[in-house]
Amino acid sequence: MSFYEALSRYKGITGAFGAMSADSVGKALFASVPCADDLAALLSSAASSRLEEMAARSHEITLRHFGRTIQLYTPLYLSNYCENRCAYCGFNSANKIPRKKLTLEEVEKEARFIGATGLKHILVLTGESRAMSPLSYIKESISILKKYFSSVSVEIYALNETEYRELISAGVDGLTIYQETYDEEVYDKVHPAGPKRDYRFRLDAPARGAAAGMRNVNIGTLLGLNDWRAEAFWLGLHAKYLQDRFPDVDIGVSLPRLKPHAGAFTPACEVGDKALAQVIMALRIFLPRAGISLSTREAPKLRENLIPLGITRMSAGSSTYVGGRTASIKSAGEEPQFEISDKRDVAEMMAVLEKRGYQPVLKDWF
Amino acid sequence: MDDILRMGGRDIENRLFIGTGKFSGYKVMKEALEASGADVVTVALRRVDSGSDTEDILKYIPEKCILVPNTSGARDAEEAVRIARLAKAAGCGNWVKIEIIRDNKYLLPDNLETVKATEILAKEDFIILPYMSPDLSMARRLVDAGAAAIMPLGSPIGSNRGIKTKELVEILINEIKLPIIVDAGLGVPSSACECMEMGCAAVLVNTAIAIAEDPVDMAKAFSAAVRAGRLAHLAGVPRSTSDGRPSSPLTGFLRDR
Repeated sequence: MSFYEALSRYKGITGAFGAMSADSVGKALFASVPCADDLAALLSSAASSRLEEMAARSHEITLRHFGRTIQLYTPLYLSNYCENRCAYCGFNSANKIPRKKLTLEEVEKEARFIGATGLKHILVLTGESRAMSPLSYIKESISILKKYFSSVSVEIYALNETEYRELISAGVDGLTIYQETYDEEVYDKVHPAGPKRDYRFRLDAPARGAAAGMRNVNIGTLLGLNDWRAEAFWLGLHAKYLQDRFPDVDIGVSLPRLKPHAGAFTPACEVGDKALAQVIMALRIFLPRAGISLSTREAPKLRENLIPLGITRMSAGSSTYVGGRTASIKSAGEEPQFEISDKRDVAEMMAVLEKRGYQPVLKDWF
Repeated sequence: MDDILRMGGRDIENRLFIGTGKFSGYKVMKEALEASGADVVTVALRRVDSGSDTEDILKYIPEKCILVPNTSGARDAEEAVRIARLAKAAGCGNWVKIEIIRDNKYLLPDNLETVKATEILAKEDFIILPYMSPDLSMARRLVDAGAAAIMPLGSPIGSNRGIKTKELVEILINEIKLPIIVDAGLGVPSSACECMEMGCAAVLVNTAIAIAEDPVDMAKAFSAAVRAGRLAHLAGVPRSTSDGRPSSPLTGFLRDR
């Protein structure tokens, strides 16, 4: 059964968050195996006034399963050519920005630069253009990156299962793919053109990747496109569905919040820091062993304060430009996919983590 | 007291084995290892970065310790064998803790694949410590396959729930001639002590030490508990009863006149 069927049973959840009782929150906080109702309770307005209790529980669970460690990774943008018109994204094909794709020599140059920071986990990104960044190009880039990194994950356009297998053979071990929004109407609205319009093909992509043999599958919803409580609920269910169906795959979640970019898109729904914290904690309690990533979209202080509440992975030394690290590659007038808030490099992030009593983990794969 | 655990041609005095994940840093990990006096230390090969000066975990393991790389990340026998060979090639010695997990929710091991990997690696002269769900038939198969010890779990990794598998581990202690080393789930020193009182040859602890407010003192506490439990076992732990009993209610009539 596709997650689509499971999701359809909970389409009407949005109205429920205001109606949950304080008792249901109390029960959810200490459920030995939290169910979907417990997740709804943890995301409810009633739970919003019990964040300290949630934080204590979430912290305790995270400590037990992940210890005092944070795994660091960094994104590498290969190309910003894109056929989609995602309303919230700087690479939107309607945006008149310089387009660029790294040559293989440039991939190597960036890899060498990033490798020198000590990082061993890298996330490869491209816009969606099978013409400009075909699978063969991505695979060639990966074989270069494998010389420098233990773990290579991809965040690219949705593929079929055979294509995911090809990537795994090329050395990829992780797949990141965000549904952006689980609400089909909102999805249609913010994706007016391009192959990404196919909601169901994207929704089933994480399962195809897991079936193909990915070791890690990381999913996410772009907070700000829709009611955050509902989106976080559906995301939690999706992660749980994947965990149940693929018990040998590490399922993780990411919680990106909308940031300014070229094209000026106004978020439909404001997601404050308190809301973001509640989502992280609710998902941690619901999915005790799932990795939770926090990107450099968030401000430095907030990122640090969110660590003990359930975060297990953070990006560092990020650039959302194509070839953004080696200045000679960056083209004039180029726009990033989105603006980053935390501009600290890997060494600075490591120092911050150590100061906070956490071990930065640079290598956790072969 | 001369009470040495002999395994793989080595003499092991301290029966607390320590895992090295989840610590807040390598320095505090090293202090905890030193303070405990541990002789055996496990390390996930996936975390070893021998090319790095500061981030190489192996540099923080006391020299006297026997290094046991584990195969964390392996989903089947083939992957575990590959990781064990990688560890040997990387200079980590020939001890290996086989850890094969296809279940990321509870982190419970796959016994069948563990037996397969043990069979292969034993032929390559590895000293094999297989992590397993306590099961007598599987433990016997592991003995036949060439394991150096049997490592049943006390409760799921990181759960801190103690020795929930006590009855099954007791059966292993009674029936298996190899050292039985309880691995995983021991959240407090008294649980480690209990395992040793039961007759386990050693215990392996990681999470409870690594995430303690003071990992160094917690390591010392576990070490002391393991010693106490071992001593009690050797002294002969009396069977416990829940009620008082008259001395011979059934055979009193047989008393000599």
